[in-house]
Amino acid sequence: MSQADLSIHGQVSRSAATEVMTAPAFSVPAKKMAMWLFIIADSATFAGCLVAYGFVRNATPDWPRPFHSITNVALMTFILLTSSLTMLIAVQSAQKGDKSGAFRWTMITAVFGIVFAVLHIREWLGMIGEGATLFQNPWGTPLFGAGFFSITGLHLLHVTGGVVALIAVGLKYQGGRYNADDLEITGLYWHFVDLVWMFVVPLVYLLNLAH
Amino acid sequence: MTAEMQKSSGIGKDVAVYVCLLILAAVQFVIAYQHISASQMFVRMLAVAIVEAGLALLFFMHLWENPGLKWFVLIFTVAVILGMQYGWTDAFRLSNGVPWAK
Repeated sequence: MSQADLSIHGQVSRSAATEVMTAPAFSVPAKKMAMWLFIIADSATFAGCLVAYGFVRNATPDWPRPFHSITNVALMTFILLTSSLTMLIAVQSAQKGDKSGAFRWTMITAVFGIVFAVLHIREWLGMIGEGATLFQNPWGTPLFGAGFFSITGLHLLHVTGGVVALIAVGLKYQGGRYNADDLEITGLYWHFVDLVWMFVVPLVYLLNLAH
Repeated sequence: MTAEMQKSSGIGKDVAVYVCLLILAAVQFVIAYQHISASQMFVRMLAVAIVEAGLALLFFMHLWENPGLKWFVLIFTVAVILGMQYGWTDAFRLSNGVPWAK
């Protein structure tokens, strides 16, 4: 084997090694994988909060049940679930090359997020008006306010961040700087926010309904 | 999922999953008004929530089309969440007294 052959083989072998090292894990692009890793970490954050809340609720005999109506939380659930569907339509429109449709559905999703946040804040104001804060409430243990406002506040923070991300990514997609993959990755985050709400509703609201 | 596959599958499946999620959410609200104990209510609602989350993960977040990623997400998330359950014994001790003390 000549020196030239060795050199060629050496180069081929290095290229193959580089290809193996840079191949995306699970055939998922790096930025999408980053979002999945964030989602895994964030699900641990929410799980930690919900488990701690469950621990405190279970260990506290006089845990209050202040919610008399499910209308508001049912409406919020419907809005958030529907926003996931509109996000899917936005991503599919983008993948089909329908740029204006993708932008329109992304903005509709953001509007649903804003409506959800407004309903949530209205509910908070109602509870604050009745005397509930982070550290006290008129119904029983002060831990109720801490648990309720912390968990729903963390979720509301995620919704607000999601709305900002949807608007920013939507505008940059419209401007041609981002593509359908970027919309899909933002959509992953939005579906995750929806997924968390599926656990917050039964644990924080429905188990605390006044009967 | 490639763009071509996405095009062919359309929105029909997503709408079907969306309707299922709405129904499951409604089931949780129905459970809230059943005359059962808090622990039974908790178990039933959590079971429905896990099914809802599974549907959202598999179809809305497209884990169904990527088995490798599906197991990666599932194993890491479930391991962390299960690890957090360690404190429950203490919560039951606080609310019910020390169990199995005799």
